[in-house]
Amino acid sequence: MKIVVLWTDWVVLLVLLGTLTYGWKVMRQPHLAVTWRKAFNTATGTSAATVLAVFLVIGLLDSLHYRPAIAGKADAYATETRSVLDDILHQQQTGRERSYSAPLAYQGYEKEATVIDGQATRAYLRLQHGGAHLDQPEQQWAADVLLRTVAGVGLGLLLAAAATALVVLLLARKRRQGLGMAWRSLRRGQVGFPLRAVLLTLTVLAVLAGVMTMLATAYHVLGTDRVGNDLLYVVLKSIRTALVIGTMSTLVTMPIAVGLGICAGYLRGWVDEAIQYVYTVINSIPYVLLIAAVVLILMVFIDNHPDLFPTSAERTDARLFFLCIILGMTSWTELCRLIRGEVIKLREAEYIQAAQAFGVGTWRILSVHLLPNVMHLILISMVINFSGLVLAEAVLSYVGIGVDPSMQSFGTLINTARLELSREPTIWWTLATAFTFMFSLVLSANLFSDAIRDAFDPRATHK
Amino acid sequence: MLQLDQLRTEIHSSQGIVVAVDGVSLAIQPGETFALVGESGSGKSVTALSISRLLPDNACIAAGDVRLDDASLADLPESEMRAYRGGRIAMIFQEPATSLNAVMSVGRQLVEAITTHTELRGAAARAKAVDWLKRVGIAEPERRIDSYPFQLSGGQKQRVMIAMALATEPALLIADEPTTALDVTVQKQILDLLLDLQRERGMAMLLITHDLGVVSQVADRVGIMYAGELVELGSKAAFFSKPLHPYATRLLGALPDVDKRGHLLEAIAGSVPPLYQAFDGCRFAPRCYSATARCRGEIPPMYEMGGGHGVRCFAYAPEAAVPLVLPPLRDIGAGRAAKQLGDKALLTVENLRVRFPIRSGLLQRVSGHVDAVHEVSFSLRPGETLALVGESGSGKTTTGKAILQLLRGTAVVDGQAMLGDIDLMRAGKAELKRARRQMQIIFQDPFGSLNPRMRVGEILAEGIQSLRPELDLAERRRRVDALLEQVSLPQSALTRFPHEFSGGQRQRIAIARALAVEPSLIVCDEPTSALDVSVQAQILNLLKELQQQLGVAYLFITHNIGVVEYLADRIAVMQAGRIVETGESASLLTAPQHAYTRTLLAAVPRVVVGEVDAEVLLPA
Repeated sequence: MKIVVLWTDWVVLLVLLGTLTYGWKVMRQPHLAVTWRKAFNTATGTSAATVLAVFLVIGLLDSLHYRPAIAGKADAYATETRSVLDDILHQQQTGRERSYSAPLAYQGYEKEATVIDGQATRAYLRLQHGGAHLDQPEQQWAADVLLRTVAGVGLGLLLAAAATALVVLLLARKRRQGLGMAWRSLRRGQVGFPLRAVLLTLTVLAVLAGVMTMLATAYHVLGTDRVGNDLLYVVLKSIRTALVIGTMSTLVTMPIAVGLGICAGYLRGWVDEAIQYVYTVINSIPYVLLIAAVVLILMVFIDNHPDLFPTSAERTDARLFFLCIILGMTSWTELCRLIRGEVIKLREAEYIQAAQAFGVGTWRILSVHLLPNVMHLILISMVINFSGLVLAEAVLSYVGIGVDPSMQSFGTLINTARLELSREPTIWWTLATAFTFMFSLVLSANLFSDAIRDAFDPRATHK
Repeated sequence: MLQLDQLRTEIHSSQGIVVAVDGVSLAIQPGETFALVGESGSGKSVTALSISRLLPDNACIAAGDVRLDDASLADLPESEMRAYRGGRIAMIFQEPATSLNAVMSVGRQLVEAITTHTELRGAAARAKAVDWLKRVGIAEPERRIDSYPFQLSGGQKQRVMIAMALATEPALLIADEPTTALDVTVQKQILDLLLDLQRERGMAMLLITHDLGVVSQVADRVGIMYAGELVELGSKAAFFSKPLHPYATRLLGALPDVDKRGHLLEAIAGSVPPLYQAFDGCRFAPRCYSATARCRGEIPPMYEMGGGHGVRCFAYAPEAAVPLVLPPLRDIGAGRAAKQLGDKALLTVENLRVRFPIRSGLLQRVSGHVDAVHEVSFSLRPGETLALVGESGSGKTTTGKAILQLLRGTAVVDGQAMLGDIDLMRAGKAELKRARRQMQIIFQDPFGSLNPRMRVGEILAEGIQSLRPELDLAERRRRVDALLEQVSLPQSALTRFPHEFSGGQRQRIAIARALAVEPSLIVCDEPTSALDVSVQAQILNLLKELQQQLGVAYLFITHNIGVVEYLADRIAVMQAGRIVETGESASLLTAPQHAYTRTLLAAVPRVVVGEVDAEVLLPA
């Protein structure tokens, strides 16, 4: 086994490291800790954060890549790059059908040419994997699905109960109370932190996951696509793409927006003019055109330098990486304008003038006095931008200039769904799946960013 | 007419339930002006909002009653309350700039108020609006009615607000700090106008203010609030001739004026207690000289002293009264006579002129200049306090900033300013750095002048780090510790953030920051305007003591004449960017030469305490 760290994996790991460092810093700074606690103090905010965390874990599992060794050969590895998520979903990845099948189906969606009793005819064929364990599917299917669902619900509830018990135990230990006391105060929501909401969210998620797991061992829970891929697998793989695009493009955006915004706002004069000119120009170019041009250049580059990208995974990853960069380079203007405005206001603040009266250097004023005071703006717009970028990916892939077509993403899913919707009978599940997952990701990101904005925005009403 | 009965208003906040107003009972008769006085956080504004039921969502009237004539306002449904609000009860707020809608002409806003609450419509309503504008003293009302708020001055906007409030002919006018945002001369006009209209209409007025001077000028009766409670209630004459409550007497003692020059002001140590706690005793007890065990363990009732004069203090209990202890008269040490003024000028400013460029056109070329300061000249000796007095827009802050070289790059500054041997206007980088060690600044707003993201220790060390880079870490630590000592803040302050301190403490931090580089000149830009009277007294005392110890000179920029009388050695009066009169403090205040100085001094509302006839209190 050879561990592979793709470019975007580096980014994911660095972001994780950065977040942990920031968290550690927050713990040590009382005023930051208080505001963050406020962000996690609403039931909606924490529930959204819980859902988001589940997405993040899936994305993280999908970012740990390796190439399996070829059996019997030393120092030789398969060309296929796998991730930990691929191993978990091994059955879904390999259990490929011939073509479309509806969710939980045991036979194909369309009639296929086949030979029955020596006669060439067209019929609905049994799937190779979905419901393959049933002898008489017509009679057994409904009972089997029901049984598995019930078992899944049970499993989910069991998990949730275990989590709740753990929380109660920890709570009782921390507060030095009896277990009954701790449970009662948790149930009444009197623990200061919306633990109840988190546990409820976790219960819902656990039940859903339990049902999915129980069904997924025997069926294609969300159906299959045109070439017979299990959609559950595809959509779970899409999560990483969305997360990478969301975070990495934001990471590219931030230094440009913050650096230029602060400089323009504080230094004014020709620096301000120049920076304003640049972002006005960038704003007036249709960004789809800009991205299309860059992606085309990039594709040519990748095709001409096959030695730089030995595996197909690295090629698709490079395209994703540069897509993030170009998305970031085109979407910094709004944050930059926002920060410029804020800094123009702040530069008249008396503490800035006091620093000037002390002859404090420009660089120090920018970094010590101004930057920390626009940090809340940066944070708020970062989380709000995130969902916008996830949606932008969907649009770009739909137009055909997004990620590599072989890479699973919400955009490519939606792009394929376009043709499927115009078929008769309609293939509805691709779109439904992509929609549901993307919707939950973006909605939870938006709700969470709302909570952060409320906590960090000084103008927000504090009730 | 208006009657508050044991009013209790609670605000639900993150710290718990804050009882902002607790057991307030008072009555206002038609034609009467009742002044509710108190420092910030005393609950006076919440009382006003409770009457008009405009409380924020997280606040509610928890107990007690508000009665206007026969109606109980606390129980009215919102739909009926709306008819009262604006109809029977009108309100004026502190900030005229934000009370008016910026995108509607004042006439439209006025007509809207008239049509909502009276039968008048169309041309009749407009005629009425013009009539009202005339009555509130706006010249050319026919033309002005179509003006937008930005075309009016602050005083005019407040007049329009008054017109809007009174156009509905209310029975009760609630004026919440109506003149605080205005200059003294405008303040006088507005107060006179309010009094005239009140007399004419026989309406009742509830005036909310922190300014005892305003109270002595316009009120009939006075209520003093402290920590959510009414502590003293009485007629103006009775109150000012003999204030009873220890808090009231000390509040009056904290007012700076010319008579208190020789000694320190009455600074009320400590701060207003937080209102989310339950009280077992008198709320003022922790800060009171007379406090006894009884004061701390028993809640004092309101004692009736005759003539409607009530006071909430055990010192006036019919039996077993707590003896009143007079606060010690604090001497300023060696006194004023010992003040050593050098002969050689520390700072000489000659023909200072500051112009702000106006940019216009496609290429933002400089097309003209706004002159903020014209040919200002003065000099300042070591250890001296020169007060720069003027109304807003007179260019006093600009003068201060120009001397500190904070306007480089934004304005064109001509003239000469010499600090010792350094020519400030032509100083290069190194020379300017040397000059900055000798002059520092203290700003008005203690909330805006400290970086909220820096610890106090970092704030104090920054100046030393920048201007005295030769000092090592240990020396810097030692100096910062000494600075905290000088402004009497605890050492634990070093690791805390500015938001953990009160306004007065923040201003101490700002003073310590200015002192960090041991300057010989400090420009004080309205350092006490944002503070309550008792805190202002603490800061003024501190400034006076520091001058005594360190011999630092102050260029004291202010509009508060009381502060000037108390602190200044010499005074320069500024009007429209020019110094119109300069002189020794005593002679200028007693015998002003310039007409503007005379107007300015006459407009200042004065507080006279003692056994005097109430009529004498009213300025001519």
